[in-house]
Amino acid sequence: MPTITDFLAEPIAKRALLACLMIGFANGFVSAFVVLRKSALKIGTISHSLLPGLAVAVLIAGLSQWSALVGAIFAALIVGLGSIFLSRTSRLDQDTAMGVLYTTAFAAGLLILKNLDLRQKLDEWLFGSIIGMADSDLWIAFGISAVAVVTLTTLQRPLLIYLFEPNIAASLGVPVRLLNYAVFAVTILVLVSSLQAVGCILSVGLLVAPAATIYLLTNNARTLFWGGGLLGAAGSVIAFFLSYPLGWSVSATIIVVLGVFFLLAYIFSPKYGLFSRRRGVA
Amino acid sequence: MSSVAAHDHTKEHVCWGGGCEHTQHHRLEVVDLTVQYQEVKALEKINFATECGRSMALIGPNGAGKSTLLKSLAGLIRGDTGRILWRGQPLTRSSHEIAYLPQRGDIDWDFPITVRGLVEMGRYPNLGWWRQYSRHDADIVERALTSMELRDLQDRQISALSGGQQQRAFIARALAQEAHVLLLDEPFTGLDKPAQENLSRLFRELTAEGRLLIASHHDLQTVTGNFDDALLIRRHQIAFGPVAEAFIPANIAIAYEHNEQRTEN
Repeated sequence: MPTITDFLAEPIAKRALLACLMIGFANGFVSAFVVLRKSALKIGTISHSLLPGLAVAVLIAGLSQWSALVGAIFAALIVGLGSIFLSRTSRLDQDTAMGVLYTTAFAAGLLILKNLDLRQKLDEWLFGSIIGMADSDLWIAFGISAVAVVTLTTLQRPLLIYLFEPNIAASLGVPVRLLNYAVFAVTILVLVSSLQAVGCILSVGLLVAPAATIYLLTNNARTLFWGGGLLGAAGSVIAFFLSYPLGWSVSATIIVVLGVFFLLAYIFSPKYGLFSRRRGVA
Repeated sequence: MSSVAAHDHTKEHVCWGGGCEHTQHHRLEVVDLTVQYQEVKALEKINFATECGRSMALIGPNGAGKSTLLKSLAGLIRGDTGRILWRGQPLTRSSHEIAYLPQRGDIDWDFPITVRGLVEMGRYPNLGWWRQYSRHDADIVERALTSMELRDLQDRQISALSGGQQQRAFIARALAQEAHVLLLDEPFTGLDKPAQENLSRLFRELTAEGRLLIASHHDLQTVTGNFDDALLIRRHQIAFGPVAEAFIPANIAIAYEHNEQRTEN
């Protein structure tokens, strides 16, 4: 086994490390929105529904980064909007409608991809493959990260009011609906970019855990965004260096490392940790 | 039927820029307002007129449409028919002059925000998305914090406040917004006796300064003394006028007929 320095000399490894950094940061940054919006579970269902989108896109346009991207976005929109439509036109609530829709879509995606003989790709989309990234993938990841950070930073002031209380936001003249769509779009983009790193099953972790951890440490919502970004990036990079000598999968390691951070904050947070709460009660 | 009498106030300043002599121009008028949720009528033919410098209790049983009316006045819900006129103009969208304060239960008290951060939100209509938060904005926030006696608590996270302090923090936000009209959804709910009395006192100060306060209220014992006017509704309007005229047993009986939740709380 070559040493880690030999490994890092490889262009593939450099690309993977850069990808960890960018994807981790962008997802961590956007996770602040997901946590404040309390939509972690919704994001989970949407990330699963990316799979059939990929499958259909490959079926129609052949396999390329762009077709995969477009397909994933399309699928997320269909399941997201479809569940709203279903719940409005039947007696079902939106969660139920979403539960049926996304599992059906996920299963259909599995069947299509298996029949297209894309078994290896299927594995990558399910669980990620950061080592196999091309330069073009890296650019897409960079573009998406930049768009996410710039959009959320620009919209931060109205966004935080909206997240705090939508009615107050609307009464202050915040364009609530526009904001909702814009941020939803950014979330989907980031989700798609994380597909490469961690796959569609684990992507929720990357899009929730960083800000969930910071949430236990701060009273400042702005810190949640930048702190989430930094933690997401740090966790992903640490996982990258851990996974190589241990021979672990990078994607699973990223999620485990972030999970450990979260547990540490949950237990030891000076303000909102397990111990501080006990002290508060006593 | 306008039962609004001109008020004699002694305090000089009013409405953050108006003045007592202007309160008559700061008139809020609701004409035949009807709001419908799909098939269900939430409000039917509501009519009243009031103006800055007064306070109004919105009274009625649960489901009577109190919250719906407050949200309509805040521009959050569109009426199906009828009009809302503020200073003579139809109210078609939200305005910084009208502040909405939701019920306690609608607030996420764990949200990572401090008292000061909450009050600063009131500057949004003035700042928009990007404009730099200025000295002027800071002064107004400072003034709002001071008048609500929150200066020493400004760095606290909002769940680390008492119920009365929380209510004051939201009022301070409305003051920072330079609102003329404060729409409060059940402001007294969940407060202990001293906090309720403190809030009543603040209400009187705010109206004396020339603001218009409209609050839904379900403690029938405390209507008299806390409010100038009362509007009794149960989807449709039962009565409107000065408390002594509108808030009378006959009207109260109509509002709460066959309704067991009377004065609980």
